[in-house]
Amino acid sequence: MSPRTPGADLPEHPDALWRNPEPKRSYDVVIVGGGGHGLATAHYLAKNHGITDVAVLEKGWLAGGNMARNTTIIRSNYLWDESSAIYEHALKLWEGLEEDLGYPILFSQRGVLNLAHTLQDVRDSVRRVEANKLNGVDAEWLEPDEVRKVCPIVNTSTEIRYPVLGATYQPRAGIAKHDYVAWGFARRADQAGIDLVQDCEVTGFTTDGDRVTGVQTTRGTIGAGTVALCAAGHTSVLTDMLGIRVPIQSHPLQALVSELLEPVHPTVVMSNAVHVYVSQAHKGELVMGAGVDSYNGYGQRGAFHVIERQMAAAVELFPVFARAHLLRTWAGIVDTSPDASPIVGRTAYDNLYLNCGWGTGGFKATPGIGWALAHTIAHGEPHPTVAPFGLDRFVTGALVDEHGAAAVAH
Amino acid sequence: MTSPFRTPEGGRIDRATTVEFTFDGETLTGHPGDTLASALLASGRHRVATSVRLGRPRGVAAAWAEDPGGLVQIEEPFPEPMLLATTVELHDGLAAHGLPGQGRLADVPDSARYDAVHHHVDVLVVGAGPAGLAAALTAARAGARVALVDEQSEAGGSLLSGTERLDDAPALQWVAAAVAELAGHPDVLHLQRTTAFGSYDDGFVLALERRTDHLGAAAPKHVSRQRVWRIRARSIVVATGAHERPVVFADNDRPGTMLAGAARTFLHRYGVLPGREAVVFTTNDSAYDAALDLSRAGVRVQAVVDARPEGSPRRGECEHAGLRVLSGAVVTGTRGTERVTHALVAPFADGQVGASTAIGCDLLLVSGGWNPAVHLFSQARGRLRYDEVLGAFLPGEELDGLAVAGSAAGVFDLAGCLADGQRVARAALSALAVPPAADDRLPAAPAPVVPAAPVVLWRVPDTSGAEGTTSFVDLQRDATVADIVRAVGAGLRSLEHVKRYTTIGTAHDQGKTSGVLTSGIVAELLGVPVQDTGTTTFRPPYTPVAFAALAGRDRGRLFDPERVTALHEWHVAAGAVFEDVGQWKRPRYYPQPGEDMAAAVLRECAAARTGVGILDGSTLGKIDVQGPDAAVLLDRLYTNLMSSLKVGSVRYGVMCGVDGMVIDDGTVLRLAEDRFLVLTTTGGAATVLDWMEEWVQTEWPDLRVHCTSVTEQWVTFPVVGPRSRDVVGSLFPDVDVSTEAFPFMTWRDTALEGVPVRLARISFSGELAYEVYVNPWYAVAVWERLLEAGRPHGITPYGTETMHVLRAEKGYPIIGQDTDGTVTPHDLGMAWAVSKKKPDFIGKRSFTRPANADPLRKQLVGLLPVDRQTVLPEGSQIVEFRADGELPPPPVPMLGHVTSSYRSAELARPFALALVKGGRERIGDTVHVPVGGTLVPVEVTGAVLVDPEGARRDG
Repeated sequence: MSPRTPGADLPEHPDALWRNPEPKRSYDVVIVGGGGHGLATAHYLAKNHGITDVAVLEKGWLAGGNMARNTTIIRSNYLWDESSAIYEHALKLWEGLEEDLGYPILFSQRGVLNLAHTLQDVRDSVRRVEANKLNGVDAEWLEPDEVRKVCPIVNTSTEIRYPVLGATYQPRAGIAKHDYVAWGFARRADQAGIDLVQDCEVTGFTTDGDRVTGVQTTRGTIGAGTVALCAAGHTSVLTDMLGIRVPIQSHPLQALVSELLEPVHPTVVMSNAVHVYVSQAHKGELVMGAGVDSYNGYGQRGAFHVIERQMAAAVELFPVFARAHLLRTWAGIVDTSPDASPIVGRTAYDNLYLNCGWGTGGFKATPGIGWALAHTIAHGEPHPTVAPFGLDRFVTGALVDEHGAAAVAH
Repeated sequence: MTSPFRTPEGGRIDRATTVEFTFDGETLTGHPGDTLASALLASGRHRVATSVRLGRPRGVAAAWAEDPGGLVQIEEPFPEPMLLATTVELHDGLAAHGLPGQGRLADVPDSARYDAVHHHVDVLVVGAGPAGLAAALTAARAGARVALVDEQSEAGGSLLSGTERLDDAPALQWVAAAVAELAGHPDVLHLQRTTAFGSYDDGFVLALERRTDHLGAAAPKHVSRQRVWRIRARSIVVATGAHERPVVFADNDRPGTMLAGAARTFLHRYGVLPGREAVVFTTNDSAYDAALDLSRAGVRVQAVVDARPEGSPRRGECEHAGLRVLSGAVVTGTRGTERVTHALVAPFADGQVGASTAIGCDLLLVSGGWNPAVHLFSQARGRLRYDEVLGAFLPGEELDGLAVAGSAAGVFDLAGCLADGQRVARAALSALAVPPAADDRLPAAPAPVVPAAPVVLWRVPDTSGAEGTTSFVDLQRDATVADIVRAVGAGLRSLEHVKRYTTIGTAHDQGKTSGVLTSGIVAELLGVPVQDTGTTTFRPPYTPVAFAALAGRDRGRLFDPERVTALHEWHVAAGAVFEDVGQWKRPRYYPQPGEDMAAAVLRECAAARTGVGILDGSTLGKIDVQGPDAAVLLDRLYTNLMSSLKVGSVRYGVMCGVDGMVIDDGTVLRLAEDRFLVLTTTGGAATVLDWMEEWVQTEWPDLRVHCTSVTEQWVTFPVVGPRSRDVVGSLFPDVDVSTEAFPFMTWRDTALEGVPVRLARISFSGELAYEVYVNPWYAVAVWERLLEAGRPHGITPYGTETMHVLRAEKGYPIIGQDTDGTVTPHDLGMAWAVSKKKPDFIGKRSFTRPANADPLRKQLVGLLPVDRQTVLPEGSQIVEFRADGELPPPPVPMLGHVTSSYRSAELARPFALALVKGGRERIGDTVHVPVGGTLVPVEVTGAVLVDPEGARRDG
């Protein structure tokens, strides 16, 4: 037998992941949405607060939404204090997550380059690097020759249409394996006695005054002491049932993957002007995010011209990718808020909590938001890292405008 | 003899020509018409690749894109990772090797060309097999515009793999006649080597044409290597055939194990015997053709192993030919190392396997039934239905504008496929209101033999002791029955979870052979109907597509259109250094010999402040807003009042988003009561036009107004500086350029030798200035006349950098540089530009929010480095003054950031603009800017540093 191809083999999943329990009649806490955020919240409710009479209700299969569709980039080099605080909180948790979950989540701190192609990109990049440093987030500004050292395959020629003028670099950033992360959280939550209930769509709520008393589902009505909505773009569908308007818009965002390739790409590269964000996953496939489709919708598919444009950008910045092959395309749904920051916290209902609007930041925030939302549920008050992200900011005007920092213009 | 397995005659190969190729370093030969796989098989080589996780030998197991085994790396003529040997057409000089799981990218750029073509048809037929050809003929005969695309090198589909007859002649004669007939229809586009790989909404199909690879060195250089066809069809006929499905058993990955239908293809199409001694294992009648054909061609068929207890009515045919048929039996495993040497055959009844016997063979053919190739139907969101009899998923509904015909719809006999193709095409024509042709004859096919019912068998129970760990479901991922058992045991119920746990279906072939098997096995393990398990989602592309093919021509200079002004050649000749602003190339500065940017900009600034400078401002966005409600629209879009502007006058205005944050600014010229010329920033031109259109089209359709981009209809040359009046006055003597006759913020029309010219007293520098507007055809002439008129005054062309310095000295913000989407007009010190009279405008509501009244909002101010030396890097953060000169540990509170920073010729020191919390209250304070490890003290000032009284604008 020949030796195994390095990196082409992933660690095996455990023999037991979760039970498939029938839902009970009621729970102290019902989390609607069994994606990364819902599962992480369940885990930290049990771990940090000893709250285990919890159900996570998932209308499809666990972690089958954006958690299964993102490009797994993890970084905390956001511009504003509020954003870098929650993402850095998450990044610190990522750094200990494999141990916490007892699951090989393949967290690889291979660094992220955010390329600058225009003078304004350079200004914005320097601004973000300086802000990151003052906030204690690792960040560097790299000149083009330094970019080439970190990632030799980036085209740093001055002859291309939008030459690379430099890049920000966060060495602690990286990627992880999304399914492994989700299943790690799910397994821990299940082990703690939390019920993960799949094929269980929430169709309505029961309320009493300013309290939600339960959720109506395709598997019956389930009573709830507290309800947390972790349903990403579908959160507004749920809140519509309660007469709460949540200002999020949902768009398809496509991603794609190549065949397995020998290692060529050592880091993660993101560029807004020449729209690319790409890494080479552990097995060797190139994983790349495309642009957002401009129309709203929940269909997990996008238009093909977006993919074609993406390929043009990829080959422009990485000429060696020319004969890599597109193997599969798909789309997730980005739930975007007016200021491109998440919406987390309390609502008009005393015991109903929101968590949505993460746009392109949801995966990287997973442990951070799980921790913070669990805290918020346990204490009835927002955790400091999510306090700035309340729904009321759209009334007060205290926005956290991260349009510039999002990976994808939206 | 390098091709011992080549038949003496037959096949679609050109035996008169021999081509040489190398595989794994060994030189071999084949013929045009071969694939790499058929040539390797002809040489006796079954093992092609090494599996990715387990390092097991893998070989060619199918004859086309569904092959899970034969992955190769191309080295010559140009490295290309991971292709299937079965789809690589052989040509002279091809060099390839088998893959150990990962492909390798070339380390040199791909010099091949790629392109894309849009095509529109009434009927698109995908697949040129019997059903597809019948459909295409029917549509073409009716006079419809037709496209027929097929992924193979020639038309015929399954007919290329068999010995079928039509009209009492070999079926391929009919294929040739059909192709010739289609070629005679002017509105028919027929493309071979063209794979329809994506099916999208509204009849949009993407297809990849492989145009030159098969020609090898003879490929003409001017022809693109691959072409993406973007086909929009009113109606689509999917006639993509079916993929044969294997049965899983222990050690079913050994080279020499092959789908039964594939063996027929290699025999009939390529003239290759895939072995000498064969065992055929089947669950259905179709493999009997393979057994009989191979036997006739001289292969010793040791046994036909039929899982069905009652066997097949074709048993007699086999026995007549001397073949042994074992009914109620299965293959439980194989022996061999690099290649199968024995098939282990055992009786099989009621799901129980008996003792096995080893039968010697070098070829093990398998057929577990057929999976219709429903990919394009499913990509278009067609629902699938599981057919219990076929053990396969079929199209389960009718889609508007997309129909499935032939084997792809579960029709498996030749006459049925032909009739189905015609039926579906007629239905498509009927929907398009096109009557079918009077003569729409189909060839006569022999009456179909009704096959005995197949048995649905996903896997043979593992009696090898390996407990399913060598029973491969997805060969490309080395994923086995044992992996599926573990996944289900771990608590997984969803097929999507099982896919992710086992990685089945995620490899190069995207589960073409493994997908339905997995559905079946999971259903079996969970004890649920296969219909409930379903399939995982079919996603484009159907087969892998090279990145470069999709990038097409949009590479290098064509990646994004380069916009240049009418003066571009002049700028180049003048030695300008350019800056990208949006898509525009703008001169940033014009260095003279020996000058760096700093020196050039100081010189250019000084000229504009003390003499006269000239700028090519043509990239400024210009929107012609016309209609009786033009003023109403502008009043709603701008924060200030535009309706009160007099014809002949100009007003500066600010636009905000709904959140009350500045999105663009510029001047507005009122050309008539019902007509305005709106000037936007260079980068904001398209955004602002979109913004206008969005409001007009979606919110205020009642407004009688039209907005048209005229950016490219006017060039704009600001002539700037105290001497500008002399220059403009001398060139346009009929215009009274005095301030009294031509005051600031007004415009005048004039002409230069009959060429209309518009002059406007607008200043972005604080100096006396005249903007000259003219049709781009006259740009160079007018520019040169201005230079000539300015020569006595030392007129100096300047670029964007000087423009930025001049405006920054005056505290004029650049939207997008000094603002970032979080800045209100009030923050910019422009409360004066926010109307208090207007009942409403976009953003007004947001100004009343509590956060807008926060005294700690960031405000635009000036900064003067105390050392009079340091040019603060733009983007630098600002922190409180620290007496000890040291920063506290993070997080360090930030006050704001430097938005613009320059050296000033006028001030003889560097200065900056910044957004600072409570900035206007801090004027006179000292704050600090961390720069490269040190803290630079800076004094906060007002934003206007030059001529704060505005004394210069009238000269």
